[in-house]
Amino acid sequence: MFRLHLIPYGSKFDFIGMSRYILSLAVIVIVVCFSCMIFKGLNYGIDFKGGYIFEVKMPNVPDIPMLRGKLNNLGLGEVAIQEFGTKEDLMIKLEKSEEGSGQEKAIQTVREILGDGVVYKRIETVGPKVGEELVSNAIKAVTFALLAMLLYIAIRFEWQFGVCAIAALVHDCAILFGMFSIFPLEFSETSITAILLTASYSINDTVVIFDRIRENLKRYKKMALGELINLSLNETLSRTALTATTTLLAVLSLYIFGGKVIASFALPIMIGIIVGTFSSIFVASPLLMSLNLKRKDDDEQPKDRGIPANLG
Amino acid sequence: MLVVSRFRVVSTVIICLLGLIFALPSVVDQKTFDRLPSFLQHTVNLGLELRGGSHIQLEADIKSVEKEHQESIIDEARKQLRKNNIKYNRISVQVTDKGSSILIALNDVNDIPKVTKILSKIEPELEVTSNGPRITAVLSQTFFDNFAKRIVDESIEVIRHRIDESGTKEPTILKQGTNRITVQLPGVDNPAEIKKLLGKTAILTFHGVDEEMQSIQVKDGIRPHLPTKPGVMYLPEEKGNGMKVYVPIKKQISLTGKSLVDAQMGIDQQTGMPCVHIKFDSIDGTRKIAELSTKYLHKQFAMVLDGKVLSAPVFQAVLTGGSAQITGHFSMEEATELALLLRAGSLPAPLNVVEERSVGPSLGADSIADGKNATIFAFILVSLFMILSYGLFGFFSVISLSCNITLLFACLTLLGATLTLPGIAGIALTIGMAVDSNVLIYERIREEIRAGIKASVAIAKGYKMAMMTILDSNLTTLVGSIVLYEFGSGPIKGFAVTLALGTVISLFTTFSLTKSIIALWMRRNRHKEIVI
Repeated sequence: MFRLHLIPYGSKFDFIGMSRYILSLAVIVIVVCFSCMIFKGLNYGIDFKGGYIFEVKMPNVPDIPMLRGKLNNLGLGEVAIQEFGTKEDLMIKLEKSEEGSGQEKAIQTVREILGDGVVYKRIETVGPKVGEELVSNAIKAVTFALLAMLLYIAIRFEWQFGVCAIAALVHDCAILFGMFSIFPLEFSETSITAILLTASYSINDTVVIFDRIRENLKRYKKMALGELINLSLNETLSRTALTATTTLLAVLSLYIFGGKVIASFALPIMIGIIVGTFSSIFVASPLLMSLNLKRKDDDEQPKDRGIPANLG
Repeated sequence: MLVVSRFRVVSTVIICLLGLIFALPSVVDQKTFDRLPSFLQHTVNLGLELRGGSHIQLEADIKSVEKEHQESIIDEARKQLRKNNIKYNRISVQVTDKGSSILIALNDVNDIPKVTKILSKIEPELEVTSNGPRITAVLSQTFFDNFAKRIVDESIEVIRHRIDESGTKEPTILKQGTNRITVQLPGVDNPAEIKKLLGKTAILTFHGVDEEMQSIQVKDGIRPHLPTKPGVMYLPEEKGNGMKVYVPIKKQISLTGKSLVDAQMGIDQQTGMPCVHIKFDSIDGTRKIAELSTKYLHKQFAMVLDGKVLSAPVFQAVLTGGSAQITGHFSMEEATELALLLRAGSLPAPLNVVEERSVGPSLGADSIADGKNATIFAFILVSLFMILSYGLFGFFSVISLSCNITLLFACLTLLGATLTLPGIAGIALTIGMAVDSNVLIYERIREEIRAGIKASVAIAKGYKMAMMTILDSNLTTLVGSIVLYEFGSGPIKGFAVTLALGTVISLFTTFSLTKSIIALWMRRNRHKEIVI
């Protein structure tokens, strides 16, 4: 019977051997991404920076340069006008944010400039303070979530596993943030959700591999750590590839069929899944080698293989 | 042998059926929905960006109310200082970024204890410090916090009244942080009208008009030089013909709109202009309006709303019935709006709009359609892939995947959670990730079979060995999502709910549903060769 095998059985990739180069490459990438974030910054969306978004359907094909000129004269900061779907659909962004009655006036003025017969699909106004709070809240939530997961892994495994898992997460987040900064993709509230999804996927993936390492540590007491990690990675490789594929397929259909808004959300997740899978194999696991993992030398018999188990 | 108890199989089937029953109302058409029994008439709560509507975030200007409170303290302090013959250079409210404070510069340092005593008598919650002859007094933090809380809570009540009175359906009004209020209005895609309603404090007061001072009439937009007199202030009155009259009114408030029980738009019998009929409560208000009209009989008094004079008529008779009418230069709409505002009560603090999002119904419908398509395609792609990889067992996990999605919808419906755009994306992703547990188990079974174990035994063993891994990876995610829910806000919270539910449900489908299916299948096909 036909079966699709992404990874042939009995693969013997030398991940640990490769990891020396890859780890140093990862460090460079992380440094580049972080410095990009610091020096170039993120392309914050209206959610964070404050400002106005209008998504409109014009009654007929609009003269965009003329509109831009008129809107620029309002003194409402940088104006961005994009076609959004058809030629009549426009997305207009104004960067300056105000408080209080200024907002209503600005919206009114833009309505006057666009004229009659316009369908307003979406209008957003965000004041400057709200954005700052969103950022600090999001950072707080994500930090606590990471710490909680670190704690859980440290309790269930050893602290070294926790540290390595978080290192892999830092790697993933750095690359994603770096991407947002380098390609300037707009960084909005949904981008945070995308990064969170990546993080939860990545930690999931890492835990599965760690679980196998833990199991093999009990089973093969004499095996060298590098060899053991390699074995564990190869044993789980098929699952890693399969799960990454199914998840990528799901995100791909989001990207293709989900419409513009969801697509902008799916893109970072796709990259995140690839990066997260990569980091579980090449960052989290090899790092265990350098963290002085204690191996229990008790007399416990290795786990049996082959005794039937009854589960009810 | 993989053995699953009969109880487990039955309860699994029941849970899945229940899930189906509660998920279905979200997808049937309106006609069928109306015929459902009432306990089933719940659908997934769609977020505003999906159903269309407005989201407005308001900030209560607590600092301005704090300042007002301090000014009233100063007024009292001035009197007391004069009475006690204490000399001072300056007494004022100082406004900084951190808040406002009362500043008194005394002539004599020895007066400090006396002044401190006077201040704490007026307001016990004042914290007084001194530096030489200068005294600084601020309201204590606990007082301020309680103060802020009371203002926001009262504001929410008033907002609710106003929105209800305006006829908008199903508003959600929530407190956010210490001084923010979020208002969500489904179906309202141009919230300008409602924002106008929410932006007005609507404090109605009645004042006497000072007879010694003159009213000053000017053209609109011109600010005349206004004479000053203690206890008197000039407030503008719109005359409607491009003119404005500044009326000298007594600062002392004779009557407030608080004792109103009703307000309705009406027509003034004499002028034929729109006006607002008001009715005071039977005890306090009626007595006060009677007193006021006796005191100002044949004299001018002023009705003031939010710092503007509505009109300054003359009492023609003593009002004993507790009713009165507010006249001014109103249009019908303005009179109706004023009546609404008076019925709903006044806001304790000015509210500013800090964030506003509105989504038209067409965009929401598009997003739902796109989300649906994406979810369906995700399902098809993942199913195909699973069947290609694991054959019949892949098909088993497709069954459990469909139950997974159904249960997720049912849970979202039952919890009353709100489905947002990232939430839909979360569901599509759950589809991708939910099969992970199955993949883990199947891969494990393959390993065991390769190690030379009989397939039926290998299946049981695969389940047992993969169990710990699945628990660990899912619990890690669960811990993370619970923390995210606890500390996150808005879309992060919504995401955390979907993620946590997806995790728990996929644990259930893996260990109850797929397992039952495989166990039952194996009992039927005991002697067949098993290929995974």
